[in-house]
Amino acid sequence: MRARRWPVAGRYLLLLLVFVICVGPFLWQLSTSLKGPTENVYSDPPKLLPEHPTLENYKKVGEIIPVWDYALNSLKVALANVASNVIGASMAGYALARLKFKGRKYAALVFLIAMLVPAESIMIAQLTTMRSLDLHNTLTAVVLPGCVAALSVLLMRNAFRNVPEEIEEAAIVDGANVWQRYFRIGLPAVKGTLAVVAIFAFMGAWDDFLWPLIVLADDSNYTLTIGLNFLHGTFSNNQRLIAAGTMIAVLPLIVMFACLQRYFFRGVGEGAVKG
Amino acid sequence: MKSAANATNAATTASTATRAGTVATVPAPPTPDVARPAAVRRGRAGRVRTHMAHSPWAFLLPGIVITLAFNIYPFIATVWKAFTDSRTLTPGTFVGLANFQEMLQDEQFWIGLRNSSLYVLVVVPCMVFFPLLMALLVHKQIPGIAFFRSAFYTPVVASVVVVGLIWVWMLDERGLVNAVLKVVGFGAVPFLSDQWLILLSAMLVTVWKGLGYYMIIYMAALGNVPRELYEAASVDGAGPLRRFWSVTVPGVRNTMVLVGALSSVAAFRVFSEVFLMAGQDGGPAGEDTTLVMLVQRVGTGLSGRVGYASAISMVLFVITLILLLAVFAAERRDKK
Repeated sequence: MRARRWPVAGRYLLLLLVFVICVGPFLWQLSTSLKGPTENVYSDPPKLLPEHPTLENYKKVGEIIPVWDYALNSLKVALANVASNVIGASMAGYALARLKFKGRKYAALVFLIAMLVPAESIMIAQLTTMRSLDLHNTLTAVVLPGCVAALSVLLMRNAFRNVPEEIEEAAIVDGANVWQRYFRIGLPAVKGTLAVVAIFAFMGAWDDFLWPLIVLADDSNYTLTIGLNFLHGTFSNNQRLIAAGTMIAVLPLIVMFACLQRYFFRGVGEGAVKG
Repeated sequence: MKSAANATNAATTASTATRAGTVATVPAPPTPDVARPAAVRRGRAGRVRTHMAHSPWAFLLPGIVITLAFNIYPFIATVWKAFTDSRTLTPGTFVGLANFQEMLQDEQFWIGLRNSSLYVLVVVPCMVFFPLLMALLVHKQIPGIAFFRSAFYTPVVASVVVVGLIWVWMLDERGLVNAVLKVVGFGAVPFLSDQWLILLSAMLVTVWKGLGYYMIIYMAALGNVPRELYEAASVDGAGPLRRFWSVTVPGVRNTMVLVGALSSVAAFRVFSEVFLMAGQDGGPAGEDTTLVMLVQRVGTGLSGRVGYASAISMVLFVITLILLLAVFAAERRDKK
């Protein structure tokens, strides 16, 4: 009935239009990154497809800045962030949701307050803290402030709360201690949320810009986003190289998103209501 | 772990056992227990020892330590340093309200406040409306729709640096956008050299990157608008526009408030887009500086004025707090 008023062809036309707006710029960047040095990237009218596609720019960008080292740094930071968030947040979330103890309210309050304070408003003090710990300009300093994010803890707490209590009661009767219950009953029951926390921890660390920008001074420790900013500042006239660099930074996440998209979407729903 | 059947059996036994005295001795069927988890919880409290006294703190240790050391402590330090003349290499002394007085005289502060506020004013309405239209577009199950949903979300996944650099290239004086405008008959638009156009371009990037995120939030909300309302409206002769205003908008109003508050907090904290498009000095004569850019510029480096940057950070915090309170007000209304 509604299909008549929203003709299907028109709907697809609109979808295509939005598709061009949302994905077109990525494709244009990909196309630019594949254009050889003899090809005019400023051609008028613009050529959407490279005439002689080449991977030359990907090799060249690695000669100008150590882009693969930066990618490795980003990967290290992202994986560390995933591990610490999954472990730290699931443990804290389990305690807050499943264990009764004095001070539980205050513990929850600590995470709630931490979530209310925007990172930008405390980053200078965080930087001072890192300096006093002598961690300034290390990848450790990049990871530490967000390594057990308050949002992850609260997401895990909500997930553990939704696990039926009866299963755990059975384990208590059988004499399972609290660690056994956490590992064998708790964690398997919240796998979905663990995946959400892991993915958003990876994406957050891989994409982060402001904090690594201020905490990393030495260019040997740069992450990929900081390296790209540097490339943009120094070689802004060579669009092909910048395009190749941005593609290196974005492709891993697009592949990850393509494989795990339902967790990305779930994360938006759960994170938005809490965040 | 034991088999599921075993666990269910044990669960029934456990819950009836712990409620002994309040419930008849005949084992209750499992279904009512599941339906009334609150009753079970109340019954258990204090009767079965479930863990050692220190266990919860062992669980909380990593999270609490990190949060206290790298979030709560820096927050307290920020409040304290805002009243000192601390610098990167010197701890500084108490100077009272001097930093805040200086701020009132600081042209860059007012520029930053203006630009961050403008950002909220322009970006937020776009974030509230366009993603809703996109959600309506992808809400209906038609062949291939999952592909389009994912495609629209792609900009969310990319780093803001990647997105910023893509648009720096798109909006280049000889870039794709200007090439297209030329075909339509416009001259070259100096997107990245005019003070206001830079800010507008950065806003465009922010909106473009955020569309997919808020679209997903709206999709969940649209699922809760009763289908019958649309049908009733159609029967009453309402056209698509009329149905949008009279059925869709009221149906997702709480989500609109939520999106508005979330996106205004995010917009006020803008840094990367403007930093990439205007450069680290904030464009011509620093006129494109945002509040966070100012904090970054003033407070970092070896001569960084930590005290003054902390005072600006406090202003940033208070304004985002006001916006955040709106989020929670919206969320509470959402739940009712």
